[in-house]
Amino acid sequence: MPDLLFDGPEWTFELLSKAHDAIEEIALNELGLDIYPNQIEIISAEQMLDAYSCVGMPLMYQHWSFGKRFARDEALYRTGRQGLAYEIVINSNPCISYNMEENTMAMQTLVMAHAAFGHNHFFKNNYLFQNWTDASAIHDYLAFAKNFIAGCEERYGIDAVEEILDAAHALQTQGVFRYGRPPRPTAEELQAIQQQRQGFEDQKSVLDLWTENAMRAETNLNELKDSALSDRQAAMNLPQENILYFLEKHSPVLEAWQREILRIVRYLAQYMYPQKQTKVMNEGCATYTHYLIINRLLEKGLITDGAFMEMMHSHTNVVLQPEFDDPRYGGLNPYALGFAMMQDIRRICEAPTEEDREWFPSFAGNPDWMAVLRDAWANYRDESFILQFLSPHLIRKFKLFMLADDAKQANLIVSHIHNRQGYRDIRAALAQSYDLAYQEPDIQVQDADLRGDRVLKLTHAVRDGIVLDPKNRDEVLKHVRRLWGYDVSMTASDHKTGTRMSHVSTAA
Amino acid sequence: MHHFIDRRPNPKGKSLGNRQRFLRRAKENIKKMVDRSVRQKSVTDADPSGGEEVTIPAKGIKEPFFASSPKGGFRRHVLPGNKDFVVGDAIPRPKGGAGEGGRKASEDGEGEDGFSFTLTRDEYLEILFEGLELPDLVKKNTFEMETSGTRRAGLTTAGTPNNLNLVRTMRNSLGRRIALRRPSQASFQAVVDELAKLEDIDAPDEELQARIAALQEKLALLERRRKLVGYIDPIDLRFDTHVPEKIRNSKAVVFCLMDVSGSMQEREKDLAKRFFMLLHLFLERAYEHTEVVFIRHTHHAQEVDEETFFYARETGGTIVSTALKKMQEIIEERYPVDEWNIYGAQASDGENFGNDSEKCRQILSEVLLPSCQYYAYVEIVEESDEKLLADAEEGADLWQNLRQVEAKFPQFEIRRVAEPGHIYPIFRELFAAGKSEGR
Repeated sequence: MPDLLFDGPEWTFELLSKAHDAIEEIALNELGLDIYPNQIEIISAEQMLDAYSCVGMPLMYQHWSFGKRFARDEALYRTGRQGLAYEIVINSNPCISYNMEENTMAMQTLVMAHAAFGHNHFFKNNYLFQNWTDASAIHDYLAFAKNFIAGCEERYGIDAVEEILDAAHALQTQGVFRYGRPPRPTAEELQAIQQQRQGFEDQKSVLDLWTENAMRAETNLNELKDSALSDRQAAMNLPQENILYFLEKHSPVLEAWQREILRIVRYLAQYMYPQKQTKVMNEGCATYTHYLIINRLLEKGLITDGAFMEMMHSHTNVVLQPEFDDPRYGGLNPYALGFAMMQDIRRICEAPTEEDREWFPSFAGNPDWMAVLRDAWANYRDESFILQFLSPHLIRKFKLFMLADDAKQANLIVSHIHNRQGYRDIRAALAQSYDLAYQEPDIQVQDADLRGDRVLKLTHAVRDGIVLDPKNRDEVLKHVRRLWGYDVSMTASDHKTGTRMSHVSTAA
Repeated sequence: MHHFIDRRPNPKGKSLGNRQRFLRRAKENIKKMVDRSVRQKSVTDADPSGGEEVTIPAKGIKEPFFASSPKGGFRRHVLPGNKDFVVGDAIPRPKGGAGEGGRKASEDGEGEDGFSFTLTRDEYLEILFEGLELPDLVKKNTFEMETSGTRRAGLTTAGTPNNLNLVRTMRNSLGRRIALRRPSQASFQAVVDELAKLEDIDAPDEELQARIAALQEKLALLERRRKLVGYIDPIDLRFDTHVPEKIRNSKAVVFCLMDVSGSMQEREKDLAKRFFMLLHLFLERAYEHTEVVFIRHTHHAQEVDEETFFYARETGGTIVSTALKKMQEIIEERYPVDEWNIYGAQASDGENFGNDSEKCRQILSEVLLPSCQYYAYVEIVEESDEKLLADAEEGADLWQNLRQVEAKFPQFEIRRVAEPGHIYPIFRELFAAGKSEGR
């Protein structure tokens, strides 16, 4: 019988280290996880609030909105209306996780299994993170961003910087490349960028390089009829979904430092984008990992029953899914759905039913369920994962049903329930609700004639008749106008029929 | 490879910069709210030592983004926990939009109307006296006395009956009774009743007798159980304990004296109020217990409550010495000098009747000042009165007499103010470090 890792609620750094090694043994050798080296930091409640306000980043430039978030979270925390997370984990290499000092030793163990191994594995192996984020460079980049913006504040004043940041933040969701990979800068560009960052040099040279190298090659000229328009569109790589990118490259009024700020904001938005697309999977992966690990720890006699019960208590709280008519209901809980799906995949591997064999012929009955899970964690995002792996069994277990909400009808209609006719549609609709490209409005830069009226023309492709909230839209358009320097218009049209639905402009 | 880092000793206030930017952003609104709160607040409960909760309109601090409207269009919602819906059921649309819109707003912590958060005391004071630097307020030497008393010190399992903590004892008893399954009075009584009913029947047959026997057995068991598991057991008992403790006795009383004759208008009163409030805030911090006494005067003085002090109108002449006499009376009556730290603060527009100023000087020098820790006189003058503001030599009869007092007593100070901005620097000047040492 091996010794217990710990016995009692108090943690020490020696105990943490011992627990970490025991978890690592299970995670790497038994579960076959592949992780970045871990760096685990112990922080206080106030520091946790800090991290909250800065979207979980260890370093962040300064902006009033973070102060607002801090004030809000602090008020919620102090009045006991909101607890704090046990941990925060950052997609970086080494993988940094913050653990709260208030956790008991059992909780620290659980949190390590969850964050330092579960999330860590997901960050390192999921294709979205691999392709779209650079885990080893993020810290340096954040440090650069913080210093750069502090430098700008000193040079140009807090107000001037705030104005640009406000506008850029308003466009954050329009600051990512959803479909194409962001163009990678060439060696020359990198050098130019480096120089420019060091000396705040004029960015002109960098811009030329960007537009000529990366962007021009990608456009397709043939389909365009209007030659002036097509020239413009070719030159500016239009239409463009990444509005921040477009403004950074083509706004006629921005100074070099202002463009750099836009770049920082959109770079961070792009860095966060994979996380927004993998909430269910990421939490599911981490929760299932900690679940496997603490069970193994108990089986190996490394933790007491008491510690195990404490962890399971917290675990069950986390994966609680209130039903739709429960006052606690606040949407599907990504932990609950993710965990249930991981468990279900294992069930399908180990004890498939006829139905499972019919629905999941590729892996039902596969003896290496861990390999199936690892493959899923590596190659899917929430939308595709649900579309691929949500089983009728689970739909029944969650008793999922679908409401059709058509504004033209007086009532909501129950369109599908958990039966044979409903499975596929419910699964597809649930998957779509995790598809950010569908959930976030589709807004693109259509055209901007700098030699003509200079109006920046945005289009909103309206899907399913869901329009933009007019108040927010008008406010954001004002911000866009600030960055573009001239008037901005937005045309909303139905994405199927092309019927024009509305047109607003900052000129009016 | 792994390592652990203890970040807890890192410097605090990492987000201070963000907070400053936030306050700066919302300054106008915050200032409006703070100003309003000062006006509404009473001098005695103005202490924001735990911070000051303010709610500002969310308008200026909105972060807009291209958001889908919560209404209209065609949507599909997938929800868990179907009970008895079948395909085709129609459900009335929940009021206030399709749920999601409402949720988003509350997730943001800001409804349409307001954003609430807490200002720290320093931030509050800074905004209250905007444009002024807030120095570290220095505690004056305070007279402290020690008396002994007792303090509560938790619960024990032994003690005298008069200290029995009934709530905790009964809670323990209840828990133990549930855990050990003590038969309740009701269930016991039920068996007794049933037994009595059966025994009443004449000529019982065999079956009935068997039941009676069974019930009697059950009754005996219950009785034994109830005896064994007592209603209250010695282990349930909890007693309050008290430990003797030396208590630092530091009490202070602030006398706020104000001239309320016709010449004191809204502006003058507002200035005076700010001064009194600051003094009270300051003393609250320095002493465990502070009281405030309001004395207003025209040609006669009376002790009043705060509301009357600031807002009631009074007409009449101005005789300052009446207020001082009143203060003297109250001290003699209620505030023995060896127990109380006495502070005086007086605001006036500087007018006084005839040769009353002479009398004021006498009362102050001979009676009041020797027993006062500190006494500040603030004269509120017109903003246009630059001559008076610039030159302390200038001034009416009262001012001149008080100047003489000031020269003799270090704990007596006089100042002139004309606008809210003056109050804080003057207050700071009055309470500057090291000033009252050697007294």
